[in-house]
Parts: sequence; C-alpha cells; structure tokens
Amino acid sequence: MNPLWLSHFTATSSIGRGLGQTLAALRQRRSGLLPCAFDTVDLATFVGEVAGLDEVRLPARLADYDCRNNRLALLGLTQDGFADAVRAAIENHGRQRIGLFLGTSTSGILQTELAYRRRDPATGALPAGFSYRSTHNTFSVAEFTRQYFGLTGPAVVVSSACSSSAKVFASARRMIAAGLIDAAVVGGVDSLCLTTLHGFSSLGLISEQACRPFDAQRNGISIGEAAAFALLERSPEDADDQAVLLLGIGESSDAYHMSSPHPEGLGARMAMQDALKMAGLGSSEIDYINLHGTATQSNDAAEAKAVRQVFGSGTPCSSTKGATGHTLGAAGGLEAVICALGLRHGLLPGGLNTRPADPALDLNYLLENREQPVAHMLSNSFGFGGTNCSLVFGRAGNSANKSADKSVHHP
Amino acid sequence: MTLTAYIEGIGLLGPGLADWSAGRAVLAGQQAYRPERTILPQPVLLPAAERRRSSAIVKLTLATGLEAINAAGLDAAGLPSVFAASGGDGESCHIICEMLASDDRLISPTRFHNSVHNVAAGYWSIATGAMSSSSVLSAFDASFGAGLLEALAQVVVDDTRTVLLASDTAYPEPLGSARPIPDAFGIALVLAPARGARALAQITVSLTGARADQLDDVALENLRRAIPAARGLPLLCAIALGQAQCVVLDYLEATRLAVVLAPC
Repeated sequence: MNPLWLSHFTATSSIGRGLGQTLAALRQRRSGLLPCAFDTVDLATFVGEVAGLDEVRLPARLADYDCRNNRLALLGLTQDGFADAVRAAIENHGRQRIGLFLGTSTSGILQTELAYRRRDPATGALPAGFSYRSTHNTFSVAEFTRQYFGLTGPAVVVSSACSSSAKVFASARRMIAAGLIDAAVVGGVDSLCLTTLHGFSSLGLISEQACRPFDAQRNGISIGEAAAFALLERSPEDADDQAVLLLGIGESSDAYHMSSPHPEGLGARMAMQDALKMAGLGSSEIDYINLHGTATQSNDAAEAKAVRQVFGSGTPCSSTKGATGHTLGAAGGLEAVICALGLRHGLLPGGLNTRPADPALDLNYLLENREQPVAHMLSNSFGFGGTNCSLVFGRAGNSANKSADKSVHHP
Repeated sequence: MTLTAYIEGIGLLGPGLADWSAGRAVLAGQQAYRPERTILPQPVLLPAAERRRSSAIVKLTLATGLEAINAAGLDAAGLPSVFAASGGDGESCHIICEMLASDDRLISPTRFHNSVHNVAAGYWSIATGAMSSSSVLSAFDASFGAGLLEALAQVVVDDTRTVLLASDTAYPEPLGSARPIPDAFGIALVLAPARGARALAQITVSLTGARADQLDDVALENLRRAIPAARGLPLLCAIALGQAQCVVLDYLEATRLAVVLAPC
C-alpha cells in the first residue's frame, strides 16, 4: 500500500485527556482502572471510566445527539487541536473530499437502557424526548461528528465489536486509494453501558480485579471507555522524520465461534501476516507488538500462539489494557494512537498488573517500559464474531517507510 | 471520480419479494407487487444449535447472501464480504434493555453475543467457512449506500470479488415506534472487478448532489422509504428492466450515489 500519514491524532481514555496526559500515564505506568461505581451497576469489577463526561455540553444545535458516547466523542475531538486540524483539512481539501470512518460497538445504547427504566407503566412507551437515531443507533457517533464539522463526504460507522476502530483504517485506506477522498477522519468511540458490563459478566469474562493481560492468573477483562481519532492523509514526499505512517493492514475472520477465538489463533495469524505483507516488512523488522491482550484465558492463549507462529518468541510485546481497560469498539483506535506515541517518543510501554507473564504463553512480554528508538510497531485488534485486524505503523524517518513500493524508492 | 464493478449475482428477500427470480418480475413491472410478510428461511448451513438460536437478521442475511453467491457460481469461503445494516438484532437488544431495567440483570450470554452489530457477519463466516476480510457497517438510513461504496472500493482497490449483504429487520415495541422498520428486507450483490461469464450488469458509481430516484409503484416506493436496505431497489429495478440507464440511489443527506448501469 501507499503509506498514509497520521497527520494529527489524539486519544482520551481513563488514563488521560489528550496525548500529553496519555503519554505521561504510560511513562509513569499509571492505570486508569478503578472499582466500578458506574451508574447502578452492582458488579465486582474494575472499569476504566473517563472522568468529567457529565460536564461535557454538546453545541446547542446538536442537542439531540446528547448521550454519553457523543459527549465522549466531543471531549476527544477537542483535545490536542484535533478539531482545528480537521477544519484546516476541510479548508485544504474541501468538505466533500474528507471521509469519516468511526468504530463503535454499543454507540449510545446507554440512552435506551435509561429510557427503559422510564417506560409508561400503562402503554410501555418510551419517554418523550427519547431519540433513537441521534443516540442509540450505531451510526449516531458518525452523524454527530459529521454535523459537528459540516463534512459532506462519505461517512460510516464500522461496528465489528472489538476490531471496529482498527478496521476503520482499512476502509479509509481503500477509499483514499480509490480516489474518492483525499483525507479521512478515522477513530473509535465506545462508552460504558450496562449492556457490555452485564453482558461480559454473563459470559464469565469479567475480572474482579484490574485485568492482568498475559498473566498466568489472568481471569478476565476490565471494561474501559475511550475516544481516539486520527487524520489520515497521503504521505508527503518530504515527510518529517518523526511523522507516523500507516504502512500495512491485515483483516481476517475466524469462521469459528461467536464469542470464542479460534483456539490456534488462525485468523489472528492471517491478519498479522497480511499486515506485514502489505507493509513489505519481515517479522524481524517489528520492534513492538501492541497485543489485543484482553486478559481472558482463551483470548490471550490464542493470540500468543498466533504471535509465536508469525514472530517467534523474541519480539517485545505488551497489552496496554491493564492501563486503559478494554475499550471495546474504541480499542483499535486507542491502541493505534498509543503506537503512534510510542513511535514518536521511542517508548515501548510495559504491561500493567501482570506479575509475572505466563511462561506457557512464551512471549517477550514487557513488564517494564523501554525507552529506545523505534521504527515499526504492530497493533492487534480482535473481536466477537471472529473478526481480526492488525495494523502496522512506522516512522517516516526510517527511509524505507516513505514508499512501501520499494521498486520506485530512491535511496 | 468513479468506481466500476460487475454484478455477478443478486440475492433479494423482503415483503412480497421471495427471492431475486420472483422479485425480478415484479421489479420489471411484469407482475403486480403484492406486499406480504417476509418469510425467513431456516439457515441450514449453520450447526443445529446455532440454527435454533439464530435471529431474524442472521436468517435474512444468510438467505440473501447464499442466493447471490449461488447465482454467481462462487464458493463463499473465498470471498471478502461487506455487511450493511442500520442496527443489529432488535429482539436481543430489546430483551437485554428490558432485563437491565428490571431487578434481574442476569442476561443470557448467548443473548449478549447475539446482540453485537456484527452478529450476521459472524454467523456468515461460521456458516460458509469464509476467513477473508469482512467489513461490518452502519449508516442509519444511508446503510445501503455506505455498503455499496465500501464494496466497490474493495473491488477496485484490492482487485477482488466481494459480496455486499445489506439487511434490516424490525425492532419489537417500544423500540419499534422509535425506529419503525416494518419488516425484514435484504439485498445481496456479488461484485467483481472484471467482466466474467456470469456478469449481469456493469455499474459505475460516483457521488452526486442529485435527488434520489423514486419508484413508480406506490407500494414499492413506500418499501424503499421505510427500510434502509430497500434504498437499493432502484438499482435492482434497472437490472430487472435490462436497460442501460442512470439511477440515483439515496445515501447521506446532501450526498447521493449516481449509478450508471449497463446490462451485460
């Protein structure tokens, strides 16, 4: 593929608002997971909640879109000058030439959960003022963002559970390559709701502690929430050495089970191999893998097998979900931004809460941060329904990254 | 900027439209349109346990998808796929929200994993053995157009066949009043980058500000307006008529899809 430039990016999660706080939390090895005090949820679990969402106010003209998910989207969009960068891109390319590709799993379903508590006792009707389209519907976060910026180009939500906001990069890549758009706002927004907390609890997949990815004693996920965005543009010839590029994408399906991964990690392996192939890189050229690493027994075991088959056991890797929790439909976007930060600042983030890494998984799982120059990182995102996506990012300063088509590369 | 592909197989299922061969005669105006409740077939490709528990959107999507694949003479196992739907399984969503509003929040694990937006994509992959990439999309009423654009971008950029599966099903009350989708309706299209022996039509698609075409038949036009996936009906009408023409499909506010169609 022709590399795509992440000209701007930002993330907001339980470890911080924007890149500064996020990087500081990663460097200080600070987790955002706390005992769950969300809404009326009475589950013994930890969550990665974003503070201050109750105070976020949507613009008056977009008041119909008011819900936790769109408040989180707005909070995320307004960090790090990201919204200004989108406006500049509109000036540059035109509002119809910018695509919008956002991932979410549950969108604003919390609004419907709350409305179901206030049904008319006689008729069962939902309360007046409930707006399905602008809150609950899967597309709501993209429609909100589209109207917020006045974008008129292609817009869509990808909702393939926990791979959603990794797969947005794939959709954006194709539409830029097809020439339909010149730039893309990609990202993921997913927020706490009762459906996912009680749903994962019903499957026995929620840990009572802060999640411990790749630990031998790992016993489930901690759910988090996040908004992460990137502005994707064609890579300029004179890209700054520190510029972060998207170099490869691999997508696959397990064809195995709705809520369990393929036990041998077959689909995951295919996604990683395809991402490396598209990037034109060998597995030894990847400096760090941001694992999907949800901290369930079966997910981590399947991913470890897949990683070993592609990379062997030596490549440094970790899951950052011990810090942020599993942000579900926002995880791919959040972890893409963590990789972008890692590439820019030379940081391989060690995993939190894991003491020690499960020797049976046999990977070079980082328990401490490493600060070193980094050329390439790979990020994994897998989800219910057996959906898999791997992304490869690199720094433009590594000259080979400026053009993936090596035959036309001038040294 | 235009995107070109060849349609090699069509699947259709909706109220009064039992499949493409029956629907084709109606859409060509050779038979009167008689709206009747959509009858969803059992998804025979799924293992028995999954078949019993499969929801309307899974049955609908598997039915239209397999019809399109069979018409194209292809094996679904090797095909990438694009799923477009306004929402997931409405019944699971309703039951979960009802339980979460009650004192008993012990929802069923199967109910939960069937509530994800990509439930049909997951079961499609399990039923057909397809391990290729699968894009699962929503754009509310613009879902058909979003799916068609994504599928065309795959065909053109990745030089591959792909199958588009656009499906929508109803919510039970009280969500049904908040999002009125009257019945199950789905369209599936196998799209190819080059003209093959089974090509039915070539389509060339671009973005336009023009108004979306409406259907002459009042009942079909009501269907087009009522269900997001049915926004694709003007394209199927043009194919059924077998005439070269340009149709404008509804997509987003202020942005529609102009489709230049040439029968093969």
